Amino acid sequence: MGFFIETLIGGLMTGMLYSLVALGFVLIFKASGVFNFAQGAMVLFAALAMARFAEWIPKWMGIDSKIVANVLAFAVAMLIMIAVAWLIERLVLGKLVNQEGITLLMATLGITYFMDGFGQTIFGSDIYKIDVGMPKDPIFLMENLFQGGVLVNQEDLVAALIAAALVAALAAFFQYTSTGRALRAVADDHQAAQSIGIPLSRIWVIVWSVAGFAALVAGIIWGSKLGVQFSLSLVALKALPVVILGGLTSVPGAIVGGLIIGVGEKLSEVFIGPMLGGGIEIWFAYVLVLFVLLVRPQGLFGEKIIDRV
Amino acid sequence: MLYRENGQFKTSYSADQQIFPIKQDRILILALIAAAFVVVPMVAPEYLLRAVLIPFLILSLAALGLNILVGYCGQISLGTGGFMAVGAYAAYNFFIRVDGMPVVVAILLGGVMATVVGVIFGIPSLRIKGLYLAVATLAAQFFCDWAFLRIKWFTNESSSGSVSVGELSTLGWTVDTPAEKYLFCLGFVVLFALVAKNLVRSHIGREWMAMRDMDVAAAVIGIRPVYAKLTAFAVSSFYVGVAGALWGFVYLGSWEPAAFNIDRSFQLLFMVIIGGLGSIMGSFFGAAFIVVLPILLDNLGVAVGFDTAFASHLTFMVFGALIVFFLIVEPHGLARLWSIGKEKLRLWPFPH
Repeated sequence: MGFFIETLIGGLMTGMLYSLVALGFVLIFKASGVFNFAQGAMVLFAALAMARFAEWIPKWMGIDSKIVANVLAFAVAMLIMIAVAWLIERLVLGKLVNQEGITLLMATLGITYFMDGFGQTIFGSDIYKIDVGMPKDPIFLMENLFQGGVLVNQEDLVAALIAAALVAALAAFFQYTSTGRALRAVADDHQAAQSIGIPLSRIWVIVWSVAGFAALVAGIIWGSKLGVQFSLSLVALKALPVVILGGLTSVPGAIVGGLIIGVGEKLSEVFIGPMLGGGIEIWFAYVLVLFVLLVRPQGLFGEKIIDRV
Repeated sequence: MLYRENGQFKTSYSADQQIFPIKQDRILILALIAAAFVVVPMVAPEYLLRAVLIPFLILSLAALGLNILVGYCGQISLGTGGFMAVGAYAAYNFFIRVDGMPVVVAILLGGVMATVVGVIFGIPSLRIKGLYLAVATLAAQFFCDWAFLRIKWFTNESSSGSVSVGELSTLGWTVDTPAEKYLFCLGFVVLFALVAKNLVRSHIGREWMAMRDMDVAAAVIGIRPVYAKLTAFAVSSFYVGVAGALWGFVYLGSWEPAAFNIDRSFQLLFMVIIGGLGSIMGSFFGAAFIVVLPILLDNLGVAVGFDTAFASHLTFMVFGALIVFFLIVEPHGLARLWSIGKEKLRLWPFPH
């Protein structure tokens, strides 16, 4: 029982991190109808920027304090992500208005290739460390309930809390600020939003910047867990089933989907995996999603797809 | 001036229904095929055959298959690499487990197995649409990757999942020199392209296109969605499976599951999009572009004197940028440029 709960908690926390990446997908899809495959590349790019500037800034400016260096690096990385958002809107999406979904999807794949190459050219392609002072020691919970208690990784716990806070902040941003209201209007209907004077191109820059911010946070958390390296961009492939499961247009869907996938993955790996020869984590999520979609083709929380002739 | 259809009257139904109604087109295509069969194997250096032409032919076959599914039937698939893997491993198993199996038959049987798997993974398309389907087809990709890595029976109990085939012989003809391999692939490609061209012109091709343009409307006028979508999946994965088997048997010789990973799926989708959705010719253009470009860029980078790591990153960047550039400049792909060129040529040298 203790082991089961341990797996469950581990799954929930990994799921929270998937949600963080998935959130970037959902934000962009809602606001511009673009299925942004480049989210993974953005995570890698942001993490690389963060890791490298945290290393370079103390050297250039002679700062000893780690906190100041990290804060500065975070600010620089965020500025870079805003610049990336602006460039993508200017050079790519602005020119592809009204194209079909698959063309836009391919364009973001092109952006993925570009950013992978570009990031590694300017920041280098080794494995870098991000050290933002996350606690590393595991802690034991509920020792009085079970023999040996439940082992929880503190780093995961902090990461999950940060992710939850970010999600709450974004939800509040969408719900209560005027920019958030504009974003929701654009998500509902581009043309109607434009006709009442909401500038589409600025909204897109904002939403890509917000997605860049989500990517940066996800990159820092994943990066401090696994090290910043090329494989970080594959996290996006893990987040895809999450997005689809929750529904492409739903922010709460991304969270719930992430939790379900995280838990499902861990439990299946531990309890079904050994029967099938292990390593089933990679496809389990996709097959799970496939079956859910057969029942609900728009995902758990997605808007109902209505076809009209 | 030369390219004119004036005076070419069609006096019978069969003349009206030809694949290339314009005489000059027919002559050009026949000359092209003849040159590909006769001249190229004689003059092309070994490197060109091995590193450029053979992969180009095989990947254009796979792109053709994918184009049937994505371009004609409108079902986005990201699982192409997985179906290629099924074709390759199934052909491998038929080839080594059955004594005296001719290699052509093994490859075709590989295609048949890919068809079966393709139809199974195509069933969700009856309910799931658009981008949701695209992600759902990734299930096929990851499941196949996993199955060929972990289920040892498929790889004949080899420990790393890597397999290799020996001599490729059919009816006493052994395919071993690059020129022979090239001709072997070319035979497949020409035949399959012809079949595909005729399929998409026939009633079933029209059903696919109706499905792509508006599936509800198509169903209303009496096209069965189940039949149309599943046949598209079946034909497409047969092509892709055969291409996968050729890729393994002829191009690689020995391979492991990573040869058919998700990057392969993306690569094929790029070919289809850049070449032109819903165009047989476009599949070839797209394949040529995507096969040649990285080789060119890599060589260029090294020639200029960049170190290899930098050159490979630069290749990534230029590749990505060019894809975006193409999508912006010509979203309908290279096939569209080709037809615009032909239109212009019909009037040349007169302005109207």
